[in-house]
Amino acid sequence: MHKCIILTKQFMSALLQELKSLIILEWKLEWKQKTALSSIFIYLLSTLFVVYLSVKRVVDIPTWNALFWLVIIFAAANGVNRSFSSDSKGRMLMMYSLVSPQAFIISRVIYNSILISLLSLGCIVFYTLFLENPIQNMALFILATTLGAIGFSSILTLVNAIALNTKNSASMSVILGFPILLPQLMISLKLSKFAIDGLSATVYSKYLLSLGLLDLAILVLALLLFPYLWRD
Amino acid sequence: MSGIWWKILAVLLVSYAIVGGMLLDVPELPILNESIRNLYYHVTMWFSMMLLLLVSFIGSIRFLLTGQSKFDRIALHSAYVGISLGILGILTGSLWAKFTWGAFWVSDPKLNGAAVTLLIYIAYLILRNSIEDESKRPRISAVYNIFSFVLLIVFLVILPRTTDSLHPGNGGNPAFSTYDLDSTMRMVFYPAIIGWTLFGWWMVQLSMRLSVLNEKYEDNDI
Repeated sequence: MHKCIILTKQFMSALLQELKSLIILEWKLEWKQKTALSSIFIYLLSTLFVVYLSVKRVVDIPTWNALFWLVIIFAAANGVNRSFSSDSKGRMLMMYSLVSPQAFIISRVIYNSILISLLSLGCIVFYTLFLENPIQNMALFILATTLGAIGFSSILTLVNAIALNTKNSASMSVILGFPILLPQLMISLKLSKFAIDGLSATVYSKYLLSLGLLDLAILVLALLLFPYLWRD
Repeated sequence: MSGIWWKILAVLLVSYAIVGGMLLDVPELPILNESIRNLYYHVTMWFSMMLLLLVSFIGSIRFLLTGQSKFDRIALHSAYVGISLGILGILTGSLWAKFTWGAFWVSDPKLNGAAVTLLIYIAYLILRNSIEDESKRPRISAVYNIFSFVLLIVFLVILPRTTDSLHPGNGGNPAFSTYDLDSTMRMVFYPAIIGWTLFGWWMVQLSMRLSVLNEKYEDNDI
């Protein structure tokens, strides 16, 4: 029993070590080619500007909310899309021999969640500056977008790894990803609507809990399934 | 399942559901009136669609665990038949909606759930066709099938709870309990579900055998 605990601890610390170095590696590679990173933010900015010029002024709260999440899912799909395609075949092979698939997928999910959270923060800032900011409970809104980002990035990362094996992976990951993003999107939409309206915790706590549980379930599923995609 | 008895049973049950569904007494409810008979076709077809999609899901899991191509075949062909039943369900449902609600399509959780189900499974078929490497195809599509089925179930559970619905049998609970199934309706409803499911499974088997023959034909074995 005691030995078992020690082994688990060793495994966990090894996993954490792997995760840390993978995320640092990812960041270094990203930083090396700054065009890739800045292109995501310019993508977001141009989408937002299209929205801004098309609607000019959003009176209606549900529309504001829907437009917000619409921009986020497109930006997220575009941002996560590069998460595997930027890898060369040789680097994938090297990763395969060095790290466990679990560590690899978790590091990708963490990295992409941070990226999507940053994108949604950028989106909030843009909306505040150019349209208006009706959000009454900012903390809850940011929490909702962060939890949403975790789920989006887990789904999109896995779907992207699937789509990479097809002929046209860019459109394929949208076809495969968007229908299964919907449960996550529905709860996030609901929760951010509550945050905008500034409702009390008794109303939103149930949704917050279910969003967290859904994130967890998606993560576990991605962890279980990714090793099968990795075996090439 | 071997033998011919269950195929005969399937034909008998489906014919009984069609004839009995048209002739037996139904409770007279406001608005629904005689259109309540659609319950015997529309709802039962969707029940067996969900059962076949479940078979497809289990097939994909077993394929990943064992690596035998027969399970992949089951997953694919159950999805084919499931989609066909789903399209029939949408057609019967929207015909019913035209006479009851006055429109072929309204924005309703049940309808949106059905549309998303079809979207996911059509995406699954497109995915299969766009993977060129035949040795990778079963494994990768099995991963997508498992992932998307779980999220689909979550979606179908969540959706009615986040929006209101016009659909009969709604009110927080996505079941058909408020439909007031009385005993004569049950006498047709349950046999119809069993009948359509057995019929669907028969179609799956036929479709699988056809694909095996096609493969042999392409390899010039016949």
